[in-house]
Amino acid sequence: MRKLLPLLLAGALVLGACGGDDDDATGEPGTATEPTDQPAADGPERIVSLSPTATEMLFAIGAGDQVVAVDDQSDYPEGVPTTDLSGYEPNVEAIAGYDPDLVVASDAAIEGELETLGIELLALPAALTLDDTYEQIEQLGAVTGHAEEAAALVEEMRSEIDEIVAAVPDGEPLTYYHELDDTYYSVSRNSFIGQIYELAGLRSIADEADADGSGYPQLSAEYIIESDPDLIFLADTECCQQSAETVAARPAWDQLTAVREGRVVELSDDVASRWGPRVVDLLEIIVDARTEAAAAA
Amino acid sequence: MTTVPATATAVVPVRLRFSWVGLGCAAVVVAGLLGVALGPVSINPGRTLAELLDRLPLIDVDSGLSERHANIVWELRLPRVVLAMLVGGMLTISGASYQGVFRNPLADPYLLGAAAGAGLGVTIVIVNGYERTGSIFDALPLAAFVGAMGAALLAYALGAAGGRVRTPATLVLAGVAVMSFLTAIQTYLQQRNADTIREVYMFILGRLTTAGWDEVWILMPYFVFTSALLLAHRRVLDVLAVGDQEATALGVPVTRVRLVIVVGASLATAAAVSVSGLIGFVGIIVPHTIRLIAGTSYRVILPLSLLFGGAFLTIADLVARTILSPAEVPIGVVTAFFGAPFFVAVLRTSRGSVG
Repeated sequence: MRKLLPLLLAGALVLGACGGDDDDATGEPGTATEPTDQPAADGPERIVSLSPTATEMLFAIGAGDQVVAVDDQSDYPEGVPTTDLSGYEPNVEAIAGYDPDLVVASDAAIEGELETLGIELLALPAALTLDDTYEQIEQLGAVTGHAEEAAALVEEMRSEIDEIVAAVPDGEPLTYYHELDDTYYSVSRNSFIGQIYELAGLRSIADEADADGSGYPQLSAEYIIESDPDLIFLADTECCQQSAETVAARPAWDQLTAVREGRVVELSDDVASRWGPRVVDLLEIIVDARTEAAAAA
Repeated sequence: MTTVPATATAVVPVRLRFSWVGLGCAAVVVAGLLGVALGPVSINPGRTLAELLDRLPLIDVDSGLSERHANIVWELRLPRVVLAMLVGGMLTISGASYQGVFRNPLADPYLLGAAAGAGLGVTIVIVNGYERTGSIFDALPLAAFVGAMGAALLAYALGAAGGRVRTPATLVLAGVAVMSFLTAIQTYLQQRNADTIREVYMFILGRLTTAGWDEVWILMPYFVFTSALLLAHRRVLDVLAVGDQEATALGVPVTRVRLVIVVGASLATAAAVSVSGLIGFVGIIVPHTIRLIAGTSYRVILPLSLLFGGAFLTIADLVARTILSPAEVPIGVVTAFFGAPFFVAVLRTSRGSVG
């Protein structure tokens, strides 16, 4: 298989490139020639986003009109120009087919290639803290000519988060288990999402399993049962079709307090894995669940 | 099966000594007890064993375990230990059978593209929107079976295309071609469906983590059937070791017997892979260790493979779930990391004593 990899990559490149050409030919020729309604005076006019989080940020700061193509994972807000471009395996030729003047991605892997084509790349890696999120929104605002809207969005997020956090009941932190997939990968306080939970006064049962601080340890089933978390959050409802019912059906899981008392919260995989403006919605769901759990106790 | 008198061959046909069977059984029992007694949650080992005794019919012992701990032992640890034992035994006996049937020391359960086929089957199901049902007719194991068997039979058919006789060499080459081809399709599908890539990888990396009794009951019939089938062919494998022409002269229907063994070993592989994911190295290292220590006859290797393979994987799984406790380590990492040096040590100490 290893020997085959170069061959596969070459094949994938060819296929990907063909796909890109197709889109250019059959996609939306209108956007390519006609000027958009209100392009920012000094901003880029043709943005390609290869990161679902960046896509959400761009549309939230009013730069949506400048976005001509987004990657196959970008699906929010509704109506974004989703294409078959891949953010995981970016194909420079296919990207160039959209004639962008700015590419936003979650890493700088293709920076050199884009540079030779005269295309600017903005790399916005996965945020480690909420401050990273704010900073990325402001960065996007600055490069797209929407600095004011970006600042306003950050301000709004901050105040909403403050308001939600102020409503968190006092007292001992409750424990939670956040499930990334059905093989029990979870998050600890060292992850971005772990910090969101911390704001809600919750402590991850995975903290103990994360000695090396990676943020995403895989837990053993018996440890989860033994820890008996107060709350269970499922971020694998879409990838792995998990739900409160499937969790209750697992061996020995029906004994868990959270399962017995109906405190298994089904999240959207996407909202729980992106670090964009919708973290506010996520925090609200978490705090609501936490408040309910505290009230029941 | 026709029994054929043994003649002078590369393998030395010997009767399986009772002491080796005893040792194998002891290894299984010790590995099983350790596997149940130890785990990420520290539960008094004595009480754990008492709990197991209590569950036996006619025995009533008060283990003193809380309900939660009793559940952990009974519903999580024990099925995982049993499953590791079954999977280890199946991967090892199919590895040993492949090595015999292809007269190739590097043959393993993945040789004929069986694993690549299983992986492709699984990928196709997942990218088309898989929903877990948990029954024996669950789409995922079935797809793994169909993929593995399809790949093995395709390799078998292609291996014959070059000439009238399927020699081990042509089969192995055909297997490599089939494996590469199927892996290419799988990689392509994964790339076109990046949203499910994680699920596919999780499946391939192994699922012993989430094992329960359901998986044990799904696997058990396949374990019994394929083990019995392969064990029944242990003498024939000794004869095949002489060479195709000689075996034919001795009255063994070489082509048919080889097909039966390949199908049996592939079925065992697919069944094991469908509940445990791909666990490498077991099918190569354990049979060779047995060969180096206990003897080169398949009459010895096959039964001992079941026992020592099961014990080995149980211990490997114990390491996987305790070494970074309460975090898990992928079991394939453990089998390779500890298995490879151990195998080299065996190879060095026994050099010269084995032809």
